[in-house]
Amino acid sequence: MSNTASLLLTLPELILSVGSIALLMVAAFVGDKATRGISIAAVAVLMAATISAALPMNGGGVAFDGLYRADAFSGFAKVLIYVAAAISVMIAPRFFARGGALRAEYPILLLLSSIGMGMMVSSGDMLTLYVGLELQSLAAYVLASFMRRDARSAEAGLKYFVLGALASGILLYGISLVYGFTGTTLFDGVAVAFSNGLSTGEMFGLVFVMAGLAFKIAAVPFHMWTPDVYEGAPTPVTAFFASAPKVAAMGLFVRVAVEAMGPAASSWQQIVIFSALASTVLGGVAAIGQTNIKRLLAYSSINNVGFALFGLVAGTEEGVAAVMTYMAVYIVMTLGSFLCVLQMRDARGEPIETIQSLSGLSRTRPALAAAFAMFMFSLAGIPPLFGFWPKFLVFDAVVGVGLWPLAMVGIATSVIGAFYYLKIVKTMYFDEPAASYAPVTSYTEGTLIAVSAIIVSPAGYLAIPALGAASLAAAKALF
Amino acid sequence: MNGFPILTIMIAVPIAAAFWCLFAPGSEAGRAANARWTALAATLVDLVLGVVLWLGYDAAGAQWQFVEHVDLFGRFAWALGVDGIALLLIMLSVFLMPVCIGASWEAITKRVPEYMAAFLLMESLMIGVFAAQDLFLFYIFFEAGLIPMYLIIGIWGGAERIYASYKFFLYTLLGSVLMLIAMLWMVREAGTTDIPTLMTHDFPVRAQTWLWLAFFASFAVKMPMWPVHTWLPDAHVQAPTAGSVILAGVLLKMGGYGFIRFLLPMFPEASAQLFWLVMGLSMVAIVYASLVALVQSDMKKLIAYSSVAHMAFVTIGLFTFNRQGIEGAMLVMLSHGLVSGALFLCVGIIYDRLHTREIARYGGLADNMPRYALLFLLFTMASVGLPGTSGFVGEFLSLMGSYRANSWVALVATTGIILGAAYMLFLYRRVVYGRLDKPDVAAMTDLNAREIMLMVPLALVVLWMGVYPESFIHPMRRDVGVVLARVDRAWPGGDGRPTPGKPMADHAGAGHDAAAPEAHEGAH
Repeated sequence: MSNTASLLLTLPELILSVGSIALLMVAAFVGDKATRGISIAAVAVLMAATISAALPMNGGGVAFDGLYRADAFSGFAKVLIYVAAAISVMIAPRFFARGGALRAEYPILLLLSSIGMGMMVSSGDMLTLYVGLELQSLAAYVLASFMRRDARSAEAGLKYFVLGALASGILLYGISLVYGFTGTTLFDGVAVAFSNGLSTGEMFGLVFVMAGLAFKIAAVPFHMWTPDVYEGAPTPVTAFFASAPKVAAMGLFVRVAVEAMGPAASSWQQIVIFSALASTVLGGVAAIGQTNIKRLLAYSSINNVGFALFGLVAGTEEGVAAVMTYMAVYIVMTLGSFLCVLQMRDARGEPIETIQSLSGLSRTRPALAAAFAMFMFSLAGIPPLFGFWPKFLVFDAVVGVGLWPLAMVGIATSVIGAFYYLKIVKTMYFDEPAASYAPVTSYTEGTLIAVSAIIVSPAGYLAIPALGAASLAAAKALF
Repeated sequence: MNGFPILTIMIAVPIAAAFWCLFAPGSEAGRAANARWTALAATLVDLVLGVVLWLGYDAAGAQWQFVEHVDLFGRFAWALGVDGIALLLIMLSVFLMPVCIGASWEAITKRVPEYMAAFLLMESLMIGVFAAQDLFLFYIFFEAGLIPMYLIIGIWGGAERIYASYKFFLYTLLGSVLMLIAMLWMVREAGTTDIPTLMTHDFPVRAQTWLWLAFFASFAVKMPMWPVHTWLPDAHVQAPTAGSVILAGVLLKMGGYGFIRFLLPMFPEASAQLFWLVMGLSMVAIVYASLVALVQSDMKKLIAYSSVAHMAFVTIGLFTFNRQGIEGAMLVMLSHGLVSGALFLCVGIIYDRLHTREIARYGGLADNMPRYALLFLLFTMASVGLPGTSGFVGEFLSLMGSYRANSWVALVATTGIILGAAYMLFLYRRVVYGRLDKPDVAAMTDLNAREIMLMVPLALVVLWMGVYPESFIHPMRRDVGVVLARVDRAWPGGDGRPTPGKPMADHAGAGHDAAAPEAHEGAH
């Protein structure tokens, strides 16, 4: 395949790269005055990338001799990633407007991170994987400490960086082991080598790679960084962390597990089962005592990643499709919840993060409370809200491979999670009103909340046929 | 049947009304008034539609009528339809809803639009549960009911409302998620989500036991059966009056409906295997719950425990595997829906005046509230099972059925009638008779027009069901036969030993429908 054809396949990354570099120049020469323009341009660039990413969903191909793949799977994941990134750009200005203006680098860093995430889900080689992952992570470390004068933000960035570097090290070590024992870093080659039985070295490689990736999706036991980073990072950045990189890392995890290590499925299945169960249980139990809403949502994301992993446990096309549907619905619920958290600010505009402050929100701000309650019930997976559907699908996939006892245990853990989601609803609906929040002034945020609320409402069920077909096409690309 | 999607409309009307309650503009008082009238109008429209449904239902026609099927969601369909059993339970729901709205007319003063919206939503979901013909659609309706009920208990409930709302939600959720896994397995095995088809599918006997247990986990909690009944007294005591009415009147019936729609016809062998599990739990429930009810000092708690005891008659009746038992169980459900609803109203009426549920705080109401005393007496008697009231017919039939299934079960269950009479009459004596020596009690006024309008229709239906139960048995006779035809093959036989010359009556299976009507004649 010629280089031109290869380059054409990487069109979304090209758009993002050229766009981000051009905007970086603008930022360098014009300065922070241009922030608003750059933000709008960044959203436009992301939208263009979304459209170009959606194209190969019907075909695509392999570029650069197998290093990069554009297929339905990467297309599906990229659409989710870019849209989530675009929303993260849109919700930032009002948050940063208080206490130091939003600097022009914010949207650019998000663009750079998006390039990395795109590479992650498109990788066909361990090294593409690593380069994409690092590009994403480095941008994310900076974003976490974006409010550099805020001690918590700086701490979050530092923690994220140190632990992230550790995880990268573990991942690289795993990759080197795999390379050493199989003689290749290409996913296809690894799969061929793995299909003749697993040597001890290969097994070690597999475990280390999985561990490194589990860190990125924040699955138990590699989750410790999540609550601290989510709490410390500026809220729009937290919203971003909880959405786009989760999809990218999960996409990557699925691709590596199925494409490269598919023949060793019986070996990694136990790891994934443990991680899934541990995430749902710990994500549920540890969240109960939280008083900070951002920490609570961090545990909620751990909990949800656990449920998504159940789809991977099945290891079938159906299971992978369920994971993709899960991530699609998950980012809507998560972004919706964080948008609600963004509205939590006192009369002076200072953000508040305590759950206590939500008391009686249903009386002071009924619409916001209703939307927040819908996101909570949806995250808990209570029908008729749409969050039920992805849980249904992952457990359907698990039952489909005959692991119904696991499905029973897994779904029972969702009751633990339901407890703390109910706590939020209880605080908003049952408790006496606390001091009211400042009114919403941003139409963008109001609209985004409304749109996400409609998607998670029962109306979302009408999207099942389309979403199901897209997820299944994405999953088929891996098998 | 005809092209008119009456079931969808019955589900849609309350939802539309709920939106109007929530989003109607105006001042707070104006919105409250608007919400009350909107809710009343919507529930009455649904009642009228329900009557149309009943009149249009042809008991000799197809098994499933008013069928609607739209493939809306890919994996499952918007499939609705009713048989006689579902029809009766839908009727119960639409009949009780206007009563609930009326009961909350003055008692609820804060956040009225949300309150009415929650109730209207509840009504849609209840109709949906009984009308759903798709397994997953059923599950969604079944589970979705938790959200409005959680809010009703939690926002408008009593002092311990938060604990009660959590308990209610988490208990029932844990039960139902296990059922979901069983449903997923069943759909894979049978290759369809269509409930009527699943009802005729023979699942492997080994798997049936597991599936049965998973469904049982859900319905037993909902029902509620001993020992998973503990959420019920808490929820009832804390819920507002109308919440208790709907909880006792309809939500508990979802458990019974689940037994008769899923457990019996889908897993007949497992039902026979686990006969003693159900009977054992039910016998304990009857005796234990009745004894607990005897010593309650809180009126609502007493009635809540009586619900546990009455619902045990339902489970006993259902698992007798014969016609009397199952029809009796259905009648107990309908009767208990009306009577316990009415009893909660009776409690609510005096609670609104004195703001306490403490039995000892009352006494001598017969003197200053004669109309109240009369109606309360009627419902007390109906709860006891006095002939001529609805309670008698159902309990008698289900006991008769249980005698044919197993005489020991019948023996223990019958003590429930005696204990029931004891605790209900004891309650009545302490509240209504005795000396009117408390000044605040003496100051209570008798029923006003609104309260009479709420109680009288209930009283009339209770008498109607007691005097001429055929109206209620007629629509479901064929459908009970369908269930019997499924379970008959698994029936191990009762413990009666017919001797020559005195044959035991034929086991009333599907083949013996002709013999069944006589059995009912014997009932009254």
